[in-house]
Amino acid sequence: MSEPILQVSDLKTSFSVKRSGRKYSLKAVDGVSLSLSAGEVLGIVGESGCGKTTVGRSIVRLVQPDGGAIRFKGADVLAASGSALRDMRLNLRMVFQDPYASLNPRRSIGDSVAEAGDINKVFKNRADRATRIAETLTAVGLEPSFAARYPHELSGGQRQRAGIARAILPAPAVIIADEPVSALDVSVQAQVLNLMMDLRERLGLSMLFISHDIGVIGQISDRVAVMYMGRVVELSDARGIVDRSAHPYTRALMAAVPKPDPSQRIAGAIETGEPPSQLNRPVGCAYAARCPLVSDRCRVEVPELRPIAPDNRLAACHNL
Amino acid sequence: MLSVRDLTVSIGSDAAPVDIVSGVSFDIGKGEILGLVGESGCGKSMTSLAVMGLLPQPGPRIRDGRIDLVGADVTTLQPWQRVEAGHGCIAMIFQEPMTSLNPVRRIGDQIAEAVRVHDGISGAPAWARAQELLELVRIPDAALQLSAYPHQLSGGQRQRIMIAIALACRPQVLIADEPTTALDVTIQIQILGLLRDLCNRLDMSILFITHDMGVIAQLADRVAVMYGGRIVETADVGALFREPRHHYTRGLMDCMPARNLGARRLPTISGQAPRPGAIRTGCVFAPRCAAVQDLCLVNTPPRLVLGKGHEALCAFPLQAGRAL
Repeated sequence: MSEPILQVSDLKTSFSVKRSGRKYSLKAVDGVSLSLSAGEVLGIVGESGCGKTTVGRSIVRLVQPDGGAIRFKGADVLAASGSALRDMRLNLRMVFQDPYASLNPRRSIGDSVAEAGDINKVFKNRADRATRIAETLTAVGLEPSFAARYPHELSGGQRQRAGIARAILPAPAVIIADEPVSALDVSVQAQVLNLMMDLRERLGLSMLFISHDIGVIGQISDRVAVMYMGRVVELSDARGIVDRSAHPYTRALMAAVPKPDPSQRIAGAIETGEPPSQLNRPVGCAYAARCPLVSDRCRVEVPELRPIAPDNRLAACHNL
Repeated sequence: MLSVRDLTVSIGSDAAPVDIVSGVSFDIGKGEILGLVGESGCGKSMTSLAVMGLLPQPGPRIRDGRIDLVGADVTTLQPWQRVEAGHGCIAMIFQEPMTSLNPVRRIGDQIAEAVRVHDGISGAPAWARAQELLELVRIPDAALQLSAYPHQLSGGQRQRIMIAIALACRPQVLIADEPTTALDVTIQIQILGLLRDLCNRLDMSILFITHDMGVIAQLADRVAVMYGGRIVETADVGALFREPRHHYTRGLMDCMPARNLGARRLPTISGQAPRPGAIRTGCVFAPRCAAVQDLCLVNTPPRLVLGKGHEALCAFPLQAGRAL
C-alpha cells in the first residue's frame, strides 16, 4: 500500500462540561489511530456520541485535540499555523450533514462555492472565477445558473450538491464528509452517494466518510473503522465489517440494522441495553456491560486494537 | 379497528384548495401493524394527524372522506369530544420524545396526568397505575424512575415513557409517527421489539409511519406506500417485498444501499418529489417514472387489484417485479 496521505495517531479530544456545579471532562475521542491512503475511502461508523464527528473536526482543527498527532502528507497538522494551516485546510475539506445550516443563507451559492478560492486567491480574475464556479456546479450536477441563487431556493438534495461543490473548488486532496447524506430522503441519498463516488474517481480524492448508517458506509468505503465510546473497536475492509464482523459490538450493530427482508421479522421484545454515560465511563472495556462475551478481564483492562485471525483485521476485544 | 375512507386533507381557500392528502383509504384490523411508508412531504404525517383529530389550526382541514374508529364516525370530532363520547381509545407517539415531554415535570406526574383523564383516578392509585405502565414498557427500576425528569433519561428511555403515556388510555389503536427515526439502530430495534410485544400482548393495532423500508419489512404486517399525497400501493408485507407492483415502490427498494453492497453505482429515482398541488393531471409519479407512457401524463391512474389485498395505483404496473 502507498504512503498514507493522512495519518492520525493516538488522537485524544475532550470537552469540559458542567453538571450540577461540577466540572467534568468528557473524553469524546480517547486514543484513535487511523491512516488514509491516497485515493482511498475510509468509513467511520458508530452511534451518536461515539466520537466519530469529533475525529473529523479534530483533523481540520475545528476543535483542538488534547493529544496525539495528525500528519497530512508528512506535515504536522496540529503544529501548523497561519498560512501553513490555511494551505493545509485547502487540501482537507469538509462536507457537513445539514447543508442548510452550513451554507450562509445570505450569500449566493456561487459566492459560497468560491469562498475557499477567494480567501486563498486562487482565481486569476473575475471571468476565471465565474468559469471555475460554473465548472464546479456542473461537476456536481447543478446548472451553472444556480450560482446566482440562494440556499432557500434549493431542495435538500440540491443544497447538499452545493455543499459538495464548495468542498471541491479548488480540488482538495482529502474530503472529510460528516454524515453528508443523513438528512436526505432515500431516493435523493442514492443520487448524492453516486455523485460522491463519481467525484472520487474523477478527481482522485481520498475521503474520510463519517456516518451512522452502516448500509451507506459499506457502499462507499474501502475500509471501515467502527467506533464505540471514543475508541475504534474494529477496523477492516468494508466486506469484512459488513459480512463477517468480529467484534461483539460490530455484530450487535449489524444485527440491529433493519434489513429490507420480511423473512427476518421482529417477533417480540429485544433487550440489549444502552451505552454507559460519557461522563462516568466504566473501567476496562466500555462495551463490557452489554457484551455477550464479557469476562472478568474486560472489566479491568481496556482492550487494545490487535490483529485477529484469520484475516488479520484489527479488533479491540480480549475474547476473540 | 380503524377504517379510513377517501380521506382528503387540503390547505388554501375553499375556492382553490390544494390537496396534501388526497383520497387515502386504509383499514387496520385488530392486533395488526399497518406500515405507512413514504418520503418527506408525501403526506404521511398529515394523514396520521387527521386520523388523530390533531391537524394544526388554522391550516389544513379535512375536505372529504370519513374516519371510523371502532365502528364510530369520528371524522369531525375534536380529541376531547372523542374522549367524552367514549371514543378515546386511540393514542399517538412522535419522533422526538423530548419535545413531547414536559421538561420540568417528573415523568410519574406526566403519566399520572394521562391516567387521570382516562381512568378518572388520581393520587396514589394513579401513581400506582403509572408504575404499572412503566413496567409494561420495560423500564428497569420503574418505581424509582417515576421521580426522574426527562433530561435524566436517554433518548430510548424517553420514547418508552411516551409509549407508557400513550398506553394510559388503553388504546385499541396506536399511531406511531417515525418513533425511532431519532434513535440509534441498537436502540431502535429495542423500541420496535417493544411495540411488537405490546401489539401481541394487548391485542392493539398500530399505524406505524416511517420512511425506512427496512423498518417496514421487520415490523409491519401490511404496508401502504404513499407518494404525493396518495397511497400508490397496498399489500401484505411479504407480497410487497417479493413482488412490488408500483414503480415507485420498486424504486424505493432498489436505491437502498443495503441491497446494493459493493455495487459501483446505486440505482436512483431521478428528480425529486413534487410540491403539493404541482401535478394536477395524470399520475403524480409520472415525471419521475422510468416506465412512463403518454397516457400517464393525461389520465388519472386506475387503482388495480393485483392479488388478495394487493392494490397499485398504476395503469402499467410491474409484472412479477418487472415492467410489463
